[in-house]
Amino acid sequence: MSTATAEVEVVEKKAEPLFSKKNKKLISNPLDIDNPITVQVLGICSALAVTTQMKPAFVMSIGLMIVAASSNVVISLLRNTIPSRIRIIVQLAIVSLWVILVDQVLKAYVYDVSKQLSVFVGLIITNCIVMGRLEAFAMSNKPWPSFLDGIGNGLGYGIILMMVAFVRELFGGGSIFGFKVFEAMGITYQGNGLLLLPAGACIIVGIIIWIQRSINGYRETH
Amino acid sequence: MENLVSIGIRAIFVDNMIFAYFLGMCSYLAVSKKVTTAFGLGLAVIFVLGVTIPINWLIQNYVLTQGVLAWISPELATVDLTFLQFIIFIAVIAAMVQLTEMVVEKFSPALYGSLGIFLPLIAVNCAILGGSLFMVGRPYNLAEASVYGLGSGLGWLLAIVALAGVREKMKYSNVPAPLRGLGITFILVGLMSLGFLSFLGFTI
Repeated sequence: MSTATAEVEVVEKKAEPLFSKKNKKLISNPLDIDNPITVQVLGICSALAVTTQMKPAFVMSIGLMIVAASSNVVISLLRNTIPSRIRIIVQLAIVSLWVILVDQVLKAYVYDVSKQLSVFVGLIITNCIVMGRLEAFAMSNKPWPSFLDGIGNGLGYGIILMMVAFVRELFGGGSIFGFKVFEAMGITYQGNGLLLLPAGACIIVGIIIWIQRSINGYRETH
Repeated sequence: MENLVSIGIRAIFVDNMIFAYFLGMCSYLAVSKKVTTAFGLGLAVIFVLGVTIPINWLIQNYVLTQGVLAWISPELATVDLTFLQFIIFIAVIAAMVQLTEMVVEKFSPALYGSLGIFLPLIAVNCAILGGSLFMVGRPYNLAEASVYGLGSGLGWLLAIVALAGVREKMKYSNVPAPLRGLGITFILVGLMSLGFLSFLGFTI
């Protein structure tokens, strides 16, 4: 992260305030009208696969946010030196370096979650959100906005992940973050197995998109 | 031999990349509007999976695992390179995708045009890297790994062609406006995934 902090200081000397209106938008847009999952349709694979419980979903969101923000910064610093013909492989190499770091940290400190996430930590490399933001944003913007863009998209991804995981864990297993809610309230609850299946996740994401688009009015023609 | 058939069938139906693990969803949702394009992308995925998984198997078992470097010199017997797994696998995949792109461009310019950006993006298709990572976690030998790769690719092709077929017909249905497009597609995938669940517990 040393490169990131160094760059932040450089930007601070310039006239534009660190959290100007434009920069705030970079964080707030991905939460709603530019959401990576429900609008840009990126990073669906892991969103569906790791959301049976809230804890792995939470760890996954943090991991993705770190990888997205830091690889955005690195690519943005290198954007003028990368030849465009080989940019995909350069991007992949940088993303995989960050993913290796995250993976090793997870293995060292939260081994059980790391086991539960299995291949999906590695699959952050091919998570379209990271690649998509690198291509669409970091290749043509300065490091500090790119950093914010990475954080914003990580948050937008995290929010959807937590919503899906909340519904699936609460109604599928009767708990939140492993805490048995229904048992604590003295209600006998028979978990709904459908929600724990992959099919349940798909249908929940479909419904979330439906609700979101009913509210913000975004429409898609066939 | 029976073992190979069983692995192949499992990879196609029971452990289907899309319906059981949701791998490769991005291009799955984006390219499934027309059956012909979907079929072309499916073939490219089969090719890339079928080639990268055996190559990655060789790399995993002769370079990366702890102690396997002993074939170079006995001093290397304690070296453990598994932490390099991600970056080496992705390098192999990116190289193979580049090759596929060149082959498709040469022999089928029409398909090359219709696949557009999604052909190079196979490199970041989770199904490809996911296949390699699943292969590492299972005790396959080289032949089994190759069959697993081809089977997974075939399963992916099946899934994307099926969805494209349904979506072509969806044009004539009266879907609520906010649900149109992405929303209904997700629900469709969920229902198809339920259908594929019937293969679960299918032993050969």
